[in-house]
Amino acid sequence: MNKTISILAWSAVALTGAAAVGVIAVRRGEPINALWLVTAATCCYALGYRFYSKFISAKILALDALRATPAERLENGRDFLVTNKWVVFGHHFAAIAGPGPLVGPVLAAQFGYLPGTLWILAGAIFAGCVQDFVILLFSVRRDGKSLTEMAKEETGVIGGIVAYAAVVAILIILLAVVALVIVNALKDSPWGTFTIAMTVPIALLMGVYLRRIRPGKVLEVSVLGFILVLLAIWGGQWASLNPGVASVFTLRAPTLAILIIIYAFAASALPVWLLLAPRDYLSTFVKLGTIGLLGIGIVALHPTLHMPALTQFVDGTGPIFAGKVFPFAFITIACGAISGFHALISSGTTPKLIARETQTRMVGYGAMMCESAVAVMAIIAACSLQPGVYFAINSPAGIVGQTATAATATISAWGFPVTAADMQALAQSVGEQTLFNRTGGAPAFAVGMARIFSQSLGGETVMAIWYHFAVMFEALFILTVLDAGTRVARFMIQDALGHVYKPLGRTSWYPSILGTSALIVAAWGYFLWQGVKDPLGGINLLWPLFGIANQLLATVSLCVATTIIIKMHRARYAAVTLAPLAWLVAVTFTAAWQKAFDTNPRVGFLAQARALAAGPATSATGRLIFNNRLDAAVTIILVGMVALVLIESARQWIGVVRGTREVTVKETPFVMTRLAEERG
Amino acid sequence: MRQLAKAARILIATVREIFDEAAYERFLRRAGLNSSAKAYAAFRAEFEEARTRRPKCC
Repeated sequence: MNKTISILAWSAVALTGAAAVGVIAVRRGEPINALWLVTAATCCYALGYRFYSKFISAKILALDALRATPAERLENGRDFLVTNKWVVFGHHFAAIAGPGPLVGPVLAAQFGYLPGTLWILAGAIFAGCVQDFVILLFSVRRDGKSLTEMAKEETGVIGGIVAYAAVVAILIILLAVVALVIVNALKDSPWGTFTIAMTVPIALLMGVYLRRIRPGKVLEVSVLGFILVLLAIWGGQWASLNPGVASVFTLRAPTLAILIIIYAFAASALPVWLLLAPRDYLSTFVKLGTIGLLGIGIVALHPTLHMPALTQFVDGTGPIFAGKVFPFAFITIACGAISGFHALISSGTTPKLIARETQTRMVGYGAMMCESAVAVMAIIAACSLQPGVYFAINSPAGIVGQTATAATATISAWGFPVTAADMQALAQSVGEQTLFNRTGGAPAFAVGMARIFSQSLGGETVMAIWYHFAVMFEALFILTVLDAGTRVARFMIQDALGHVYKPLGRTSWYPSILGTSALIVAAWGYFLWQGVKDPLGGINLLWPLFGIANQLLATVSLCVATTIIIKMHRARYAAVTLAPLAWLVAVTFTAAWQKAFDTNPRVGFLAQARALAAGPATSATGRLIFNNRLDAAVTIILVGMVALVLIESARQWIGVVRGTREVTVKETPFVMTRLAEERG
Repeated sequence: MRQLAKAARILIATVREIFDEAAYERFLRRAGLNSSAKAYAAFRAEFEEARTRRPKCC
């Protein structure tokens, strides 16, 4: 009887999901309600988790509840610790959720809501969740080893070196692009800049409070910090209305870029307890709360999506970034569907906390599903804006025109009516001087989020507060990624340099700290500067580069996963990782080829360099030509390295399947769990 | 009601783990110390290198 009810219930979920996806895919010419996306996502995730992840657990990974995990065998109360599965889940989700799933889908909405939504759902269920799950399990079975260590052991030395180089490259490009997002959100915005500037003394105050006044009371001080941040948002309004203060905090993009570079260098070199740790706590507090609130707001308000399912920009002529829907939609949305970066977290802290192998399914597969749900929320927030408003905010002046009249005329001519008066009224309602040319996705997401929040709570009168709350939320997120990322990259460089000259590897030796911090900050600062000075807003240049780098890392992690699966004599099921790997290879290699060699100057770096060389020379021409050639070189080198890993992995697969290569899986030997014995 | 109380306990445990309060408590137990500015400084010193090496995703 129970089985019959279960079959009927899951059939109903499947039918409802199919109907919702059908409405999203087929409906044309009239707006649809956001609840269709929510329903489709809920049903797809439920089916993916119940059936697909269970299939992987049973048939391929053979999760064993009796096998002791490193958390149990190596428990030391610090890194290795048996932890409640829900606690690990929360910990893992807090580490993988960053600004990526919010920004990427907003940018990809230029193609319409359909490509992004389908990729987020299918990409997460068949690729992203699978990657996070299998890498987590494989790391658990190898004493919590990192992706780079596993790559070296399972696919050879080349795999390890490439994984290491890819991680450093991704970190550099990632830090540059998120810094650019924040610069574009804060430029000429005294309110936003004041609020974010205030978070620095607030974090310092929290650091002193934590260390000296109430040691270890993190939740308490985070609540206090949150209240102070809310006061800073309110104070930002005063700052923006006071001409003297406003002039101090009205900063142009280059000035903001320099300040952010200085900040990141200081954060990397300062003691962690003073600035980094309190900001991290504050950011996590705001992040978890706001994502929860946004989910409730979307379900309660269920806004209408005004963006069409598909726009004419699928042909590659998009104003936000150039390039056709294939492959660019699939590299623009990274973290919401699949992110190579997650493999670092799945093989970092999380495997050292897992109590039983069977929990890797919920933590690895489940947490990525939640991340994907955040990306769906971002699509809803962006697509609930009028398309004309969306394009006016996100399009660079170099494409739509320098003045409000020119920009609105261009955008209206695309079939998305918007007027300068509409944009002026919107800017006023959110307390900004202008919302034109705010490329980067963050301001558009903030406007969408503020709409949803203000209509649920407080009405139009508090729209400006909600907008700046959203900007603060994103900026806090990004600054945390920026300072933590700079520090992680610094450690990686120090580890590598330590092999050349031992003192350089010492993380407490100040000349090394300062030198490596400067090296990392200079590397991403260069790309940031390139983006800030780019006449097309920089996002067109940097976001695809970041997407390619991130998805190439996912390619490496899926190579490692496929190699291990084949070595485990599960070759007949290898398609579970091989299919997403093949897709990612197609996407990233095509995107990289087009970004490097496409003859359209808006797409291809080298074509852009040629166009600049042929055009009228200005003082910036030489630098722009060099930058485009550099970006092309970075793209080609990254793809070349990943191609080496692919070839090396394929040789291993063929050798194992033919029986010409010795199979050595580097798993830790089986040890019976004590936890099971205790339970009897 | 019991289920709700259990859910609340897990939620609090999760939040305490995310915010390192649980880690600090474990450190105090392990080192046999009482909470103080000095003990917290020692905890951070032990904890910081490992924590700041953790990547945070984009």
